[in-house]
Amino acid sequence: MYQVSRWSAVSTQTVLIGWAVTVIFPMIWMIYSSFKTDQELFFSPWAPPVELQWDNFARAWTKAHVGEYLLNTLIVVVPALLLTLIISAMAAYVLARFEFVGRRFLFYMFLSGMLFPVFLALVPLFNLVNQLKMLNTFHGLILVYIAYSLPFTIFFLTGFFKTLPTEIEESAIMDGANPYQVFFKVMLPMASPGLISMGIFNFLGMWNQYVLPLVLISDESKYMLSQGLAFMLFKQFYENDWSALFAALTIIMVPTLIVYITFQKQIQDGITTGALKG
Amino acid sequence: MHRNKYGIILPFLAPALILYSLFVIYPYAQAMYVAFTKWKGLRKSPRFVGLDNFEKMLGDDKFWNALSNNLIYLVFLPIITLGFALFMAFMISQKVRFSNFYRVTFFFPQVMSVVAIGILWSFVYHPTIGIFSSLLKAVGIENPPIWLGDPDTALWSIVAVTVWQSAGFFMVIFMAGMLSIPKSLYEAAALDGAGRGSTFFRITFPLLWENTRSSLVFITVIAMDMFGITFTMTQGGPDRSTDVLATLLYEHAFLHSRFGYATSIAMVYFVIVIVLTLLIFRVTRRETIEF
Repeated sequence: MYQVSRWSAVSTQTVLIGWAVTVIFPMIWMIYSSFKTDQELFFSPWAPPVELQWDNFARAWTKAHVGEYLLNTLIVVVPALLLTLIISAMAAYVLARFEFVGRRFLFYMFLSGMLFPVFLALVPLFNLVNQLKMLNTFHGLILVYIAYSLPFTIFFLTGFFKTLPTEIEESAIMDGANPYQVFFKVMLPMASPGLISMGIFNFLGMWNQYVLPLVLISDESKYMLSQGLAFMLFKQFYENDWSALFAALTIIMVPTLIVYITFQKQIQDGITTGALKG
Repeated sequence: MHRNKYGIILPFLAPALILYSLFVIYPYAQAMYVAFTKWKGLRKSPRFVGLDNFEKMLGDDKFWNALSNNLIYLVFLPIITLGFALFMAFMISQKVRFSNFYRVTFFFPQVMSVVAIGILWSFVYHPTIGIFSSLLKAVGIENPPIWLGDPDTALWSIVAVTVWQSAGFFMVIFMAGMLSIPKSLYEAAALDGAGRGSTFFRITFPLLWENTRSSLVFITVIAMDMFGITFTMTQGGPDRSTDVLATLLYEHAFLHSRFGYATSIAMVYFVIVIVLTLLIFRVTRRETIEF
């Protein structure tokens, strides 16, 4: 390749290091600040903690209910994610591998869900969930999460099933496997890379979802994590326990960071292939 | 090949179809009607009023204010974010040292919850506990503004956070495109004595058309939304200086129970997104280059 001058290599590194510091430092600051007292937070925002205030974390976990919000989020996200994957895979398999009347229509119908911003559905959805007596329930939120994850997941997995070879499937049918066995024992394992991509993509979407719970859950004891965090922030304006809020942010961000660093390759692939195909 | 195929088609499609029709199609279809009704409170039922909501919108300062804030985002977020992302992607794909570290680091904010980002940055900008203002004081700026508390700076503070969050994501999208450009093209350019700038503008950028188009659609969707970051950082304030269509319609619907009017604002929001997406596809329609 062409020669890159010394000067330009140095200036490139300067820009990149500068941005890396801009991205990382706020998080490092957040982490060490979460060990400080409120006094220290206000009078020396840059300084490291004099003594580690582990109590901030205890207050965040119990008094500010971070533990509860975390549990609520898991109760909703885990079943919603598993059901999204299985329901989408079943629909995608049929759409990809069978010829039947209305197949194209159904495919485009699912696809059209990606066009609409969720804000357009917000009022009728709120009304519907209310009529179904599912406001403030976890199962209501689970069903809504699944429904709004279907369009993209079905679209992606249909494409994925189409790329899989047909020979293995055919020989399984020859051996007398029924369609259900073919799907669960042959096709699903073969589709696991696609399922993992969609699992990561939907997990992040559901874990970080904010608007849907904001509208559908108003009972404080059933808040999702993002909603609970925002609620804590609004409360700080009159309760003034900032150090607990820093600790809550740290509790939420550090696991995300660890999961991200461990699976960064898969996560980036999951999100960007998702994004580029969409 | 498949015997009794309807025995599998129906049961396999049914769960997806039922959930999707009930929770997605039905609400969207209903929204098309609700936008033309007056509907105050869940106990009452919507009353058809034709174009009244849209007429009211024309004279509604809050609506125009929110829309113009969305327009500012629509103009500046693509230029700043995509420009910066493209610049970084090009630098990193030039085999610089630590390129993997940069790629992993820059992408991380994309994985974080927008609420966590909003709160983190409202701390960073905070006049007493924040680090940003004291940093500026340290380099000699006497009276830095109260970033999120001043109508002149609040919107731009949110722009900065959005760039911070999404630049790494778009960088990775551009890098994916750059990696698929064959090395031989660069070697040929190098033989012809092309420098870094002309290599970028003559080879890299033209071959990134697809990635640019996807990125434009994404950033348009982001610029029209902005709900989570606005709601956590400023709630549309101060003095409505950061209000956008999404926060305004949320306020109408869930604070004042004006369901009809809120949905008509959502309708405008939806039409803008659709028109811009179609426009992006139209303008960027070119022969795809195969290699």
